[in-house]
Amino acid sequence: MTTTYLYTRYERLWHWAQMLMIMILLFTGFEIKGVYSVLGFQTAVKIHNITGLTWLCSFFLFIFWVFTTGEWRQYIPTTRKMIQVARYYAIGIFKGESHPVPKKKDAKHNPLQRLTYLLLAAILLPLQMATGFFYWFFNSWDAWGLSFLSLGFVATLHLIFAFAILQFVIIHVYMTTTGHTVFAHIKAMITGWEDIEKGVDVEDWEKAGRNNPAKN
Amino acid sequence: MKRSLFMFVLFLLSWMFAAHVTGPPLGFADETAPGRESARKKVEDKAHWNTTDHSKHKVLQQAFKSGPEVTKACLTCHTEASLQFHKTIHWTWMDPNSTEKEKRGKGGYAINNFCINMLSNEPRCTSCHAGYGWKDKTFDFKDQSRVDCLVCHEQTGTYKKFPAGAGYPVDKPTLFPENNVTFMPPDYNKVAQSVGLPGRKNCGTCHFFGGGGDGVKHGDLDSSLFKPTKSLDVHMGLDGRDFPCVRCHSTSLHNIAGRVYSTPAAQDRESLVENDLASKITCESCHTSTPHMDNKKANDHTDKVACQSCHIPTFARVNPTKMRWDWSKGGKLKDGKPYEEIGSLGKPVYISKKGEMVWEKNVKPQYFWYNGSIKHLTVRDTIDPTSVVNVNEPLGSMDDKRSRIFPFKVHQGKQPYDKVNKNLLVAHLFPRNPDDKAAYWKGFDWPKAIETGMAYAGIPYSGEYDFVETTYVYPTTHMVAPASQVVSCRECHTRTDGRLMHLSGFYMPGRDHNRLIDVLGWGILSLTLAGVLLHALGRIVTRTAKKED
Repeated sequence: MTTTYLYTRYERLWHWAQMLMIMILLFTGFEIKGVYSVLGFQTAVKIHNITGLTWLCSFFLFIFWVFTTGEWRQYIPTTRKMIQVARYYAIGIFKGESHPVPKKKDAKHNPLQRLTYLLLAAILLPLQMATGFFYWFFNSWDAWGLSFLSLGFVATLHLIFAFAILQFVIIHVYMTTTGHTVFAHIKAMITGWEDIEKGVDVEDWEKAGRNNPAKN
Repeated sequence: MKRSLFMFVLFLLSWMFAAHVTGPPLGFADETAPGRESARKKVEDKAHWNTTDHSKHKVLQQAFKSGPEVTKACLTCHTEASLQFHKTIHWTWMDPNSTEKEKRGKGGYAINNFCINMLSNEPRCTSCHAGYGWKDKTFDFKDQSRVDCLVCHEQTGTYKKFPAGAGYPVDKPTLFPENNVTFMPPDYNKVAQSVGLPGRKNCGTCHFFGGGGDGVKHGDLDSSLFKPTKSLDVHMGLDGRDFPCVRCHSTSLHNIAGRVYSTPAAQDRESLVENDLASKITCESCHTSTPHMDNKKANDHTDKVACQSCHIPTFARVNPTKMRWDWSKGGKLKDGKPYEEIGSLGKPVYISKKGEMVWEKNVKPQYFWYNGSIKHLTVRDTIDPTSVVNVNEPLGSMDDKRSRIFPFKVHQGKQPYDKVNKNLLVAHLFPRNPDDKAAYWKGFDWPKAIETGMAYAGIPYSGEYDFVETTYVYPTTHMVAPASQVVSCRECHTRTDGRLMHLSGFYMPGRDHNRLIDVLGWGILSLTLAGVLLHALGRIVTRTAKKED
């Protein structure tokens, strides 16, 4: 085992800020929906709106960061080894096999992660932000020429995406326990340092970023 | 380090932007609404421009024998007053939009589910007419001396019209048996010399006692508003702004602002901020349509929800109001005599003359779409007796841009209707003399009372009657509570038993749900959770098995 500095300070800040905001949004969102009553409707709405807008603004920062740093390459989907990764989580993990695509600085995400995070960051989250944004601007629909929209439709879409995000959260949190120790991945996301098995070469195709020799 | 500082600043800026667009954050409430300050300033100086001391007028020092004589004296200076007043609803008791033939209005064929209709019962009803002598159909509406100036303008509080005197005060001390009060003849000189702008007592004398008793008709107008606390009414409260009625019910040529049958109180939603000559009758006149400084979401509601819907959480908060009146139970006698039964709220729950009643306090209003107009049935309109008859109903709908959700008192009734002609019936209730057995309150004989009432009204009657369930609505607009008592969001935005649960056709967050999506969403989440737990269990089991190996 060696330890590698895998996640930069910004990435970690970004990740935990995301986590915090998404948890607040889910918690207040389901209260607004009427699933439970903890904060009170008015407070829940207020917190939900402020957090939602903050989330939206911070998402633009993320887009800026992901493109200026070239980190977007970490999200390019690939089908290579995807079957092996899926097979690993379905069977291999129970047999004590090693992960077919271990984490590397240039390849933080395995093929399944790449696809999941791409769908998440490029589709699900923006859709959720967009529906939330229109929901919030309900009173301006007429002025914007959007009177054909129905609040019920937008609200239902917003709920469907919320369900999907909550589902991601459940799986995502569970997957953090699949490192070589239960808290290994969480520790890495806090400190930035991930334990990596020695002697594992990163193949060229796995690499992202400017240091990729295949591209230089 | 520099970069993360930069990121942190950006993050902070975005938070501040978000906080800015959603209004001041929690805990930084500024409750000063626009218009509130200007409204406050306008009533600060209570002294009115008054260049006349009425006690110095010789014409008011003469020996008066009756009300009309006083009116003639008033008219010597105020030459146009009666002519102006003759054109107002306070005089005609008619919907100004009604034709002579339709006679829409309580002075004509309009029906309610309290004392039903005035025809053949005039002397009792017109004790609240700002005139003298409307005792039957022969009343001369053109006679200028018949206008009662005093009831609205006198300020001594001693001028009382006799409850069954067709608008006249008494000539000599007279007992009114119904409430055991002896009415005294007014000291006309004192009363006439006291005149001023109408105060709460002037308006309340009639409007707090509509339907023949305190709080019978309106749930938001009763004697508790003579000297209200701020918590009963923020505007009228003696410890608040101490507004008289005419503060909002402003007047032009004796025409007092307010909703009249199908005519809304105000045609435009215009505030004094936009037009300094706008009507002062609506909340928005002073408060504008964006009155909430610390709650942007509340301002988002003002296009569809009337201020009253949230700011009058309940009506009849001090005195009870009548909620149901069942005429069909009337006429029971004890030892051959009519009797009364007092209920837990100190109000009659049974009166032989009137039937069974229900009184309530702290009543939550019912909410309807309302564009400011109310539609009324008359004696001549056809009804469908197979269901509850709405004797009047608020007009408006969700799709109507002028309509908003508005609170109402809904008074239930059970009253006579014609089984053959299918219309509501006028009954002769009030006896014209001690031998008038045709009057229900004397003879307790419905067939005779109805026949007499309908013959007087001049409307065909088949002779067959029965009782039908009816409703009558009153918009709830007084008794505005302090902001601390406002209806909370959750009272409407809730799944069950919300205040707006019966209003449909629109999506309301917190109330409305798509069942299919709910079932699918929670179902998939449960399966996901189960899958994850199974996977974890699998890992634990295989790892333990390996260790044992």
